[in-house]
Amino acid sequence: MLNMNDILETIHMIEGENLDIRTITMGISLLDCASEDEDRFCDKIYDKITRRAEHLVSVGEEIEKMYGIPIVNKRVSVTPLAIAGGALSPDGFVRAAKTLDRAADTLGINFIGGFGALVHKGFTIGDRNLLAAIPQALSETGKVCSSVNVASTKAGINMDAVKQMGDIIKETAYLTRDNDSIGCAKLVVFTNVPEDNPFMAGAFHGVGEPDGVINVGVSGPGVVASAIRRAGDCDFSTLADIIKKTAFKITRMGQLVAYEASRRLDTPFGIVDLSLAPTPAIGDSVAHILEGMGLERCGAHGTTAALALLNDAVKKGGVMASSHVGGLSGAFIPVSEDQGMIDAVSCGSLTLDKLEAMTAVCSVGLDMIAIPGDTPAEVICGIIADEISIGVANTKTTAVRVIPAWGKKPGDMVSFGGLLGYAPVMKLNEMSPAAFIARGGRIPAPIHSLKN
Amino acid sequence: MKAVVTVTGRDVVGIIAKVSAACAEYKANIVDISQSVLSEYFAMIMVVEIDQIAVEFTRFVDAMTALGEQNGLVIHTMHEDVFNAMHHI
Repeated sequence: MLNMNDILETIHMIEGENLDIRTITMGISLLDCASEDEDRFCDKIYDKITRRAEHLVSVGEEIEKMYGIPIVNKRVSVTPLAIAGGALSPDGFVRAAKTLDRAADTLGINFIGGFGALVHKGFTIGDRNLLAAIPQALSETGKVCSSVNVASTKAGINMDAVKQMGDIIKETAYLTRDNDSIGCAKLVVFTNVPEDNPFMAGAFHGVGEPDGVINVGVSGPGVVASAIRRAGDCDFSTLADIIKKTAFKITRMGQLVAYEASRRLDTPFGIVDLSLAPTPAIGDSVAHILEGMGLERCGAHGTTAALALLNDAVKKGGVMASSHVGGLSGAFIPVSEDQGMIDAVSCGSLTLDKLEAMTAVCSVGLDMIAIPGDTPAEVICGIIADEISIGVANTKTTAVRVIPAWGKKPGDMVSFGGLLGYAPVMKLNEMSPAAFIARGGRIPAPIHSLKN
Repeated sequence: MKAVVTVTGRDVVGIIAKVSAACAEYKANIVDISQSVLSEYFAMIMVVEIDQIAVEFTRFVDAMTALGEQNGLVIHTMHEDVFNAMHHI
């Protein structure tokens, strides 16, 4: 039985509070495309991706119209190329990246993820060749996203990989210097990376996944912020309940869309990712949720507690609304993609250190943060090592996506356009961790990784 | 199966007639209507059956949206599943 108030509430969430499905991401295995012949490999991955996902965009648009809910992105993630293309040379990987880009153009999707490697315990030859190709690949393609997993709670931290990622980020920033170093916005360094994440730039199709799969990422910071605002002064138990109820409703929408997309594309449903994903649009900010809870500005003391409450309540509300939950599932705090975060950084309330603390209780990490273009590689390595340690020690995913914006200084603005937004360049601690980073080797796994 | 048609805009003569005529044209049977006018602002929610509909549902959605645009109204047409999913366990 349809209830008029329910109908109006749903329409208001979509029309007035930016409720949308952030992405339908089709995961596609490229394991059966492996070949030592680079031409043949590129042909095979192009054919498989464009065949498997041929109807992804049209089906997404049909569902959008049927349910009246915007589906902002339709995307594809693939098996980490360092695995599927393990026999390629660095040049071969650049060609493969361009092939992925071409496939994305053919399909009409805006990003394709999976140009990456899992090197938490060490490098294969394919891993080394892919890492060497990342800067050129990201500078010569527009839609390809790259992620590298450098650590896990089980394996510890591959500090050789951390060291190398510092150099790769710097080089990518240089090669894309004419566009505010945008290449770095498509490159994420992970620990404990999930294999079914639908969100870019970190999406890839894990080796334990089926041949194809549909994963859906929901959104809705605006809906949560409005619900909190309407609730007015209430205690924390009530606040948590309001967030849980709202997250349940948002996630049910995601589950419905995921089920329908899976049916129409004849591809198994994988997971719904419960993350609250902000955009630079007004009223679509995670920072504004935290401020709605009673903080003068995001970054004020109390911000980490507010974020922890939010993240936990979103998961508790969302988990019952979907048959399978996965991916990152937590609140995102990307600076450039969230108007409230941008404002908080600009006014000096939100610092890099506070952001790092916040990542201990939410889903991703230091995300979409612009840093000075002359930041030494070893400082970037230090940022990565710190952030990755939080993930390893807490058995959770963390990641780093920083943009050393070429030629920019603290306080300057960089603009990436679209969903990637814009960001003020943040000041860093300039003390050098060079001798620490130069040690190389692996930081051992923490004792609590031994659970058997 | 049902769909929900919501119509909002400035109140003028004949809104219900136009929307109902379009539903009839596409063989969408109206099963419920709730309508009000507040300070010259018209708001209506219609529930229609779409099992016997004459065209693909997405084309019906487009037609209703276009009808709204031609008459200075905002018309949303959404499948009932979205409301059931969100509000019923």
